[in-house]
Amino acid sequence: MNKLLAQEIYYFMVLGRNFEYAAKENYMQGNVSGFLHLDLGQEAFSVAAMKAFEKGDIFATYREHIMAMARGIAPKAVMAELFGKAEGVSGGKGGSMHLFEPSRFFYGGDAIVGGQIPNAVGCAYARKLQGSEEGVMVIFGDGASNGGAFFESLNIASTHKLPLLFLCENNEYAIGTNIKRSAPFREQAKKAEPYMMTLSVDGMKAEAVYETIKKAQKLIEDGHGPVFVEAFTCRFEGHSVSDPNSYRSTQEMHRCKAKDPLEHFKKELLEKWMCSDKELQEIEQKAQKAVDEAVEFAKNAIEPNTAALLEHVFVEEV
Amino acid sequence: MLYREALNKALDEVMAIDDTVVTLGEDVGLYGGSFRVTEGLVEKYGEERVIDTPIAELSIVGNAVGMAIGGLRPVAEIMTGNFSLLAFDQIINHMAKFHYMSDGKIILPMVVRFPQGVSKQLAAQHSESYEQMLCSVPGLRVLSVCDVNYAYHALKFAILSNDPFVFIEHELLYNKKGEVNFEEQLDPFKARIVKKGEDITIISYLKMVDDVMQSIPEIESALNCSCEVIDLCSLNPIDYATLATSIQKTSRVVMVEEDHKTGGFGSQVIAWAAQEMFYSLDAPPLRLAGKDVPIPYNRTLELASIPTPNSIAQEIIAWGRKNDV
Ligand SMILES: Cc1ncc(C[n+]2csc(CCOP(=O)(O)OP(=O)(O)O)c2C)c(N)n1
Ligand SMILES: [Mg+2]
Repeated sequence: MNKLLAQEIYYFMVLGRNFEYAAKENYMQGNVSGFLHLDLGQEAFSVAAMKAFEKGDIFATYREHIMAMARGIAPKAVMAELFGKAEGVSGGKGGSMHLFEPSRFFYGGDAIVGGQIPNAVGCAYARKLQGSEEGVMVIFGDGASNGGAFFESLNIASTHKLPLLFLCENNEYAIGTNIKRSAPFREQAKKAEPYMMTLSVDGMKAEAVYETIKKAQKLIEDGHGPVFVEAFTCRFEGHSVSDPNSYRSTQEMHRCKAKDPLEHFKKELLEKWMCSDKELQEIEQKAQKAVDEAVEFAKNAIEPNTAALLEHVFVEEV
Repeated sequence: MLYREALNKALDEVMAIDDTVVTLGEDVGLYGGSFRVTEGLVEKYGEERVIDTPIAELSIVGNAVGMAIGGLRPVAEIMTGNFSLLAFDQIINHMAKFHYMSDGKIILPMVVRFPQGVSKQLAAQHSESYEQMLCSVPGLRVLSVCDVNYAYHALKFAILSNDPFVFIEHELLYNKKGEVNFEEQLDPFKARIVKKGEDITIISYLKMVDDVMQSIPEIESALNCSCEVIDLCSLNPIDYATLATSIQKTSRVVMVEEDHKTGGFGSQVIAWAAQEMFYSLDAPPLRLAGKDVPIPYNRTLELASIPTPNSIAQEIIAWGRKNDV
């Protein structure tokens, strides 16, 4: 980590937070619909992971707006997708849960819990076969690590020593079910231990996430095969905007919000990286401007034409 | 009473009289079910009978099969039809086949509750319908629920039956209002005549029944005719007798379904009509269904991908004019 990188990470964290609030506001106004899973509270995790794993392939879940932007997909294209517009990154056909951009090696946006993990294994297999330098990173929640696809993937990835980083976002909840009620222990890394090296990190701290992912990446590059990283996070709101979050007590939410990753990282920027208030203000303003422009763009973007309905079912017409 | 309340009441009543009945699924317990169908049950019957599971659909259905073998009557909830695909091995290779493969020795009194369909902009991985696959597998009873009264009676029946049932609900119907006649002795395998008419038999199921009903005034005034609307209710078995009586009277048949057209469930109904009702028909059968595309997110495209009250009316009117209705 260096000052410039820290500032960049801070920029994407602020961008992410403001973007999610703007998405929520536009959902309330009816401009955005469907399921909208906000990444509020998990900005450090999402941004630092992407910035550490800069080049390889990414397979993510439905909670992926911030990751997509940190991966270089324009906020305008993401917001326009949430609005269902033709200029959205998935042409308005995917929506919030299905952001795809192969030019950024970003493959969803998958809304079948755990479904992306075997896909990432396959992609890692391809990369190994191609002798590529870059590995693959798959992001999934603590809910997904209870599923069969996850366990099958641990086995296959380690058998073939694939260049795959398993990144578990452990926010302790799968919708309303706490991990303690769906698994015998909280730490999901325990499940991976027999198969591969595992690392754990406080997912609310950007620098720690960044360094841990870098370390995992190095292990993969050195030929250790797959590595499992578990980041403990906490989401600030319900599972999606339609979830009232009533299963978490006020005290629990209080403890959660006390770990605000933005406040923590801002303090680091001021104290450790010697940023000035003015520098940070400029970053914050720039991020807010990007969000405002994204919303403006999405509002004015065009609807897909009706012919789009039948397009892209197949590559080749018959 | 709301559709979801009728389902809740059915479950509640059966759990109260039969303590072998258990329900399991993602967030069915403390959370009350993602469509609130199991609300209040964990408080009444405890976590051992209202079981919150991990996100593991194959195990939800697979465990239900084992519970049934072990002497319970499980009601498994799949959160959304698309997720059932992870459980299809259990549904098709296990749930549907054990009774037959064991020469009748294994009995699986179980229900898989199955919310599905196009809701509102939930996109391709949360909107599909799977009755075509479920009904092509011998050994499963498949019921579909449009009506609130039917919801209550049919769910009770399915839980107390000794056969394996897939119980299909539509995600947009949970807050639908209706009356329940608690005294009624309802036969869940009988189709429901929603509206009587003389000139066209319109067959449908799930939410499309309501969409058809909305389209009726326009059709009847444009064609100056009267339509009979039938809700199939049971998809396996199909109540052909009720359909035959209606078609003999009207001599015209239309099938409306939300699912993708190719290979869709309605093709069975129309194939039957072409083969068995040929001499009663005065017009070629009409089949309206969803487009053969994954369901898109954008609202306009989403609505263009399935029949709507407006498109149903337009297509039936055009067909009627062409065929001298
Ligand atoms: C196969 C499958 N089952 C159920 C669901 C419904 N569902 C969507 S997200 C979710 C919870 C996932 O929790 P977790 O993996 O911890 O990720 P988080 O939402 O906490 O980021 C569930 C049950 C789904 N999308 N796919
Ligand atoms: Mg989680």
